[in-house]
Amino acid sequence: MSQVVAAAASDASAQAGAGGGAFDVSGLIMHHLTNSNEIEVPFTHLSIPLPRIHIGGFDLSITKHVVMMWIACAILFGLARLAARRASDPVPTGWRNGFEVLIKYLRDEIVRKTIGHDADKYLSYLLTCFFFIWTCGLLGLVPSMSTPTSNIAVTATLAILAFLVIQVAGMVKFGVVGHLKNIVPGGLPLWLYPIMIPVEILGLFTKPFALCIRLFANMTAGHVVILGLISLIFILKSAWVATVSVPFTLFIFVLELLVCFIQAFIFTTLVSTFIGMSVHPAH
Amino acid sequence: MDPRGLAFLGAGLGAGLALIGAGMGIGRLAASAMEGIARQPQSAGTIQTAMLIAAGLIEGAALFALVICFLLSAK
Repeated sequence: MSQVVAAAASDASAQAGAGGGAFDVSGLIMHHLTNSNEIEVPFTHLSIPLPRIHIGGFDLSITKHVVMMWIACAILFGLARLAARRASDPVPTGWRNGFEVLIKYLRDEIVRKTIGHDADKYLSYLLTCFFFIWTCGLLGLVPSMSTPTSNIAVTATLAILAFLVIQVAGMVKFGVVGHLKNIVPGGLPLWLYPIMIPVEILGLFTKPFALCIRLFANMTAGHVVILGLISLIFILKSAWVATVSVPFTLFIFVLELLVCFIQAFIFTTLVSTFIGMSVHPAH
Repeated sequence: MDPRGLAFLGAGLGAGLALIGAGMGIGRLAASAMEGIARQPQSAGTIQTAMLIAAGLIEGAALFALVICFLLSAK
C-alpha cells in the first residue's frame, strides 16, 4: 500500500519536475494499467527494456504482462510442487491441506455437479483456469507488479480457449453434426426454429465474450479506483486528503483481494456449466 | 458544444446509471439471501455460494456498461 503511495509520489514529482504544473492523473493510470515494453525495477525509477520480437508480421514481443504471466506460472508450479511433496501421506498438512480444501470444493460442488459423470476429464483444465486467474489477479496487487488479466488480449485468449474446450467436449461426445444439432433444444413448434437457431448460434459466441469482458473489466476497474483515490491526494495538493483517501484505498484494496477470488471462481463455474450443457444437453 | 465534452459527459452519466441498476439488482439479491439464511440457518453455506455467483454475474453486466464508458472517455 505504501508502495503505491510512494510510486505515485515519485511519479508526481517527476512530472512536476519535468515542467508541468498539473498532475497528470490519466497518464499515471494509463501507465500503470496498460502493457509496455519495459519492466520497472522495484524501488527505483529504472526500467529494463524488454526484447521486441516480430515474427512474420505478428508482434510477439515480450512485454510486461507476458513476464507477469510467466511469474504467475512459476509461482503456481512451485506451489504445486510444494503441495505434492508428501503426496502419499494419508493426512494432508501444510500447503497440501490448503490446496486440497480448494480443489475438493471445486471438484465436488462445481465440476462434478455441472458436468456429471465425465467430470474428471475436464478437471485439470478447470483447476488450471481457476488458479491461474486467481494468481494473475493477486500479482497485480503486489507493488510494482501488474495484472496480466487486466489486458484484454489475455482474457480474450482465456475465453477463446474456453470456447474451444466447450465445443470440442460436445463434438467428441456427439460428433460434429450431433453437437451442432444439440445446440438448439428439441421439441419446439416448427415456426420457432428460424428464431431459435440464430439466437442459439449467437449465444455460442456471446457466452465466452461475456466471460472475457467480465474478467477484464473487473480486474481493470479495481486498479483504476485504487490509483484514482491515491491520485486524489496529488490533485488536491494537500496532505490532509490522505487521512480520508488512504483508508478508503485500503478498503478497496482488501475488496480487490476478494474480487480476484470471486472472478476466478465465476470464470471456472461458468466454463464448467457450459461444458456441462455441451456434454449433457438438457433434453 | 464540443463533441469531446459531450463524450465525457456521456461516459460519466452512463457509468452512474449502470451503477444504479447494479446496486438495485445486487441489493435485492442480498435481501432475499438474508431472508433465506434467516429462515434456514443450516443452508447458509449453499445460499452464500449461490449469492456470490449471482452477484458476480450481475456485476459482470454492469461492467459491460463500464467498459463502454471507458471507450467513450478515451476518445
